[in-house]
Amino acid sequence: MLSSIRTVWLVFLHMFKKRVTIEYPEKKAFLAPRWRGRIVLTRDPDHNERCVACYLCAAVCPTDCISLQATEDENGRRKPEYFRINFSRCIFCGLCEDACPTYSIQLVPDFEMGEYKRQDLVYEKEDLLIDGQGKYHGYNFYRVAGVAVGVKGKGEGENESAPVDRKKLVP
Amino acid sequence: MAKVFIDDIEYEVPDGKNMLEVCLSLGFDLTYFCWHPALHSIGACRQCGVINYKDENDKRGRITMACMLPASNGTRISIEAKAAHDFRAGNIESLMLNHPHDCPVCDEGGECHLQDMTLMSGHNYRRYRFKKRTHTNQYLGPFLNHEMNRCIQCYRCVRFYKDYAGGKDLDVFAAHDDIYFGRSEDGVLENEFSGNLVEVCPTGVFTDKTLKQHYTRKWDLTSAPSVCHGCSLGCNILASQRYGTIRRILTRYNGDVNGYFLCDRGRFGYEYTNSKKRIIKALKRVSGTYQPIENGNVFEEVKALMGEGKKVIGIGSPRASLESNFLLKELVGENNFYGGISNTEGNLIKQVINILKKGKVKTPSLAEAKGYDAVFIVGEDVTNTAPMLALSLRQAAKNKPNEEAFAIRIPLWNDAAIREIVQERTGPFFIATVHHTKLDEISSGSFYGHPDNIARLGHAVAQKINNNLPSVPDTDRESASLSSSIAEALLAAKKPLIVSGTSLFSKNVIEAAANVAYALKEQGKDVGLIYTVPEANSVGMTLLSENFIDDAIARVEKERADVLLILENDLYQRIGKKDSEAILKRCNQVVAFENLENETTNSCDYVFPAGTFAESTGTIVNNEGRAQRFYQVHIPRNEVRSSWKWLDILRQDLQTAEAKDFDVIVDEMIQKNPELQKIKETAPTADFRIGTQKIPRSPHRFSGRTSMIANINVSEPKPPDDNDSPMSFTMEGYHGIQPSPDTAFYWSPAWNSVQAINKYQIEVGGPLHDGNPGKRLFEPDENRQAKYFNDIPSSFHPSNDELLVLPLYHIYGSEELTALSPAVKERIPQAYIALNENEARRKGLNAEGGKVEFYYQDKKWELSLKIDNSLPDGIAGLPKGLNETSGIGYPFRTKINS
Ligand code: SF4
Ligand code: SF4
Ligand code: SF4
Ligand code: SF4
Ligand code: FES
Repeated sequence: MLSSIRTVWLVFLHMFKKRVTIEYPEKKAFLAPRWRGRIVLTRDPDHNERCVACYLCAAVCPTDCISLQATEDENGRRKPEYFRINFSRCIFCGLCEDACPTYSIQLVPDFEMGEYKRQDLVYEKEDLLIDGQGKYHGYNFYRVAGVAVGVKGKGEGENESAPVDRKKLVP
Repeated sequence: MAKVFIDDIEYEVPDGKNMLEVCLSLGFDLTYFCWHPALHSIGACRQCGVINYKDENDKRGRITMACMLPASNGTRISIEAKAAHDFRAGNIESLMLNHPHDCPVCDEGGECHLQDMTLMSGHNYRRYRFKKRTHTNQYLGPFLNHEMNRCIQCYRCVRFYKDYAGGKDLDVFAAHDDIYFGRSEDGVLENEFSGNLVEVCPTGVFTDKTLKQHYTRKWDLTSAPSVCHGCSLGCNILASQRYGTIRRILTRYNGDVNGYFLCDRGRFGYEYTNSKKRIIKALKRVSGTYQPIENGNVFEEVKALMGEGKKVIGIGSPRASLESNFLLKELVGENNFYGGISNTEGNLIKQVINILKKGKVKTPSLAEAKGYDAVFIVGEDVTNTAPMLALSLRQAAKNKPNEEAFAIRIPLWNDAAIREIVQERTGPFFIATVHHTKLDEISSGSFYGHPDNIARLGHAVAQKINNNLPSVPDTDRESASLSSSIAEALLAAKKPLIVSGTSLFSKNVIEAAANVAYALKEQGKDVGLIYTVPEANSVGMTLLSENFIDDAIARVEKERADVLLILENDLYQRIGKKDSEAILKRCNQVVAFENLENETTNSCDYVFPAGTFAESTGTIVNNEGRAQRFYQVHIPRNEVRSSWKWLDILRQDLQTAEAKDFDVIVDEMIQKNPELQKIKETAPTADFRIGTQKIPRSPHRFSGRTSMIANINVSEPKPPDDNDSPMSFTMEGYHGIQPSPDTAFYWSPAWNSVQAINKYQIEVGGPLHDGNPGKRLFEPDENRQAKYFNDIPSSFHPSNDELLVLPLYHIYGSEELTALSPAVKERIPQAYIALNENEARRKGLNAEGGKVEFYYQDKKWELSLKIDNSLPDGIAGLPKGLNETSGIGYPFRTKINS
């Protein structure tokens, strides 16, 4: 009896406490920039696709829900021909973002992805690719890499000297 | 045996090895770059540093390269010592100073020996802050991609290309840290074995350009152990697919056959499997067009045509498996089955098989061929008809000069020292062919002549070895002296090797080669005799055939047939338009089982989509009589399947029989053909398990399983089962060392590159753990009394108005299917007719490239003239099997006009 009254009293007191729930969807929760939600593919500062189709995100994915096929443009720049994430399998672990050597794939603070049909949770590259650079600004893999694929010439990258003259024998 | 100490533990190791080989064979993970089990040591990269101690009291030791340290009794080293570790990490750090930041876009990534070794050495962070040296790349042709920045200067590429494969156009340029591996200028890499650079180069400098078109990482490939169908040698390959298309071919190590290498036809000729011309549905002809056979039983109509009392004949194929040929034979009946080659070819192969079976001379394997010290090639352009044999023969040519190095106790593995002594010298190597061939560059004597004259030279050599043989009448002085020096050289050798084949369509050549070998055998020589035959399963199919296509033509000419079943065979390409039409017209209904659309399928009533090597499982028999199993890489999402499966379905329909699994069909075949008994041993049966596990076709890191077909349906289907083999189509299964015939990829912890193969061998460079795959069906018997062939042909006399036309072979183009692959297509020569200058002038032709007309089977052919002065008078050469020359039967006589 006594304990019941005590319970009622405690519940009553809670009416004067600060609310921890919010009136979603009218109000939105604060999500830190590093929150791991919906996955996007970003672009480099030159506005080209950052993804170089290296397959590392697909390899590291514990649920194997990323698949893609590499292709090359006329300059030999590698990019995905298609890029698919099956969000009905994704567990938002963020390992793909960790593995990505180009900052292309990023998890963003957005979780509003509910669908009635599971099939609609399959996202293609067109659905994933955003217009901006996401969380990491300024990085363009092809400026750092050694390959010349239309972004810079041989020896013009960061920390590179001009190509050697292979007919030269001067010590 | 020698006793060595590695980190104070004693090991017994075989003599004559170096410490790197020994460590790797014992299972140690020691880093290395420049050493390669087939190329041996040069001590160039300094990556295999270990500490070498004088004796057990020596606590300090000194850093030594393991690959240059003989594993002699009492050798004492440490791999684990800190100084050794630091040395290796430091060395790799310096090798990487200029290494580009390329891994994500590098095709080597994930199977890169440099990545593996870097991790193994412990070096991880770059400390060097200065600029990286860069290089420009070269265009190297349709097969290889060049990205020179990634080079670590190990010299493996030039050592393979120049020293091992005899290439001339790859070299090292510039000096100090600028050195550059490439050609003197952009251009196609000419050597027939250039593709091996993909596997030999430990970095991403040379990568597979065909893979690049549809790039996939190694860990995502689903692969199957397979056998190359490019020629009769049966090199072992790993064929890999992703998303239903074949992506690349890698070498499957077989210490008895191709070892670590493949030829470029075999490696890059796979692309036809992805061709748009593939037949992917069962089709029937409805008023001139082909329409898919929809709903119901695909064989409904064919079955009705083949009912009781109908005359049904079948034509087999030398590019189809034994099982497919066997089932066709079963279905149509023994007397109605015809081997799918001309009678001329069939009889030649029968003769070869006869010699293999009844002879007393050993037919060495492709690998054993490397061990002979004198070579006599009788009428075969080996580089173009059986490319990997040419690579073996190039090694054989080194054996004699190498002896000089062995005499001063330089071990075989010390390649740097051996090259220093031997330089470019080669041992006794004689070639008799129709025209100049590539191996002439290492020959000690070459002879060009009509096949009969080649045979006469062979008989003369045999006669000089065994004086009891009849002498060759009317020999000219030149051939007499050449035959004497060949006989002398062969007799002086410890292990002479005779190579011949069917490519000139000459029985005389085949017999002459056998005579030379028999004569040498009688002199007590350890002689080898190799014949090459035209196609991947020429020997296998011929074992099952009594009659061939010409017999079939004669038969239908006598009485019409109701149904003709054609197994994987383009008659137009094989026997020409005239004969094809002759046979097709006399059969009421024609049913083909074929891979790709071709002229024959375009004149059939029913076409069923047959699998190529990529979609089929089966057994083929190579030129030495070695039966080898190949497995299907995947089950395509269309109607393509092994021909024998189609035939089995048809048989079920006709005889209301049960569907039979692969092993049952093999048993049935063996029961009817006891000489094929050993086929059973070529691979484990489908119920084989390791514990309870199947053997996976994909690596455990395989990705994208829940996504790759999610666009079609988000619920993943059950992966397909394979009832024909103990292998699964997925990554599920046993990931340890698998049975050697069923190993689909090489991987071992810390070893992601192809060099993981070390872990699959009993000792590095030696046989695989449970033996090399494949079983030889025939062995020679020393005690047999093999009879000499006494038919010595008379000398060929050129006629004044007619020319004799012989086939000339091309590695790219002369094989029907590989020639359809885009990369190979780029290397196919322009069609031509070759004559020597003399002959051309006599016919009033002078300009190379001028148009030449000739008649074959009443049809006019027009080709451009190529001057080849090595061709004898009276002989013209045509490239075999090109589009423009397909369907021609050799040899034939013709008149030519300009
Ligand atoms: S890891 Fe990054 S660059 Fe590589 S495939 Fe994934 S998204 Fe593209
Ligand atoms: S060669 Fe190896 S280490 Fe170098 S970029 Fe390519 S994958 Fe990376
Ligand atoms: S190109 Fe490759 S094989 Fe040749 S030296 Fe460089 S790393 Fe070695
Ligand atoms: S030599 Fe023949 S079997 Fe070997 S890889 Fe080349 S084509 Fe294939
Ligand atoms: S492997 Fe020993 S020095 Fe290169």
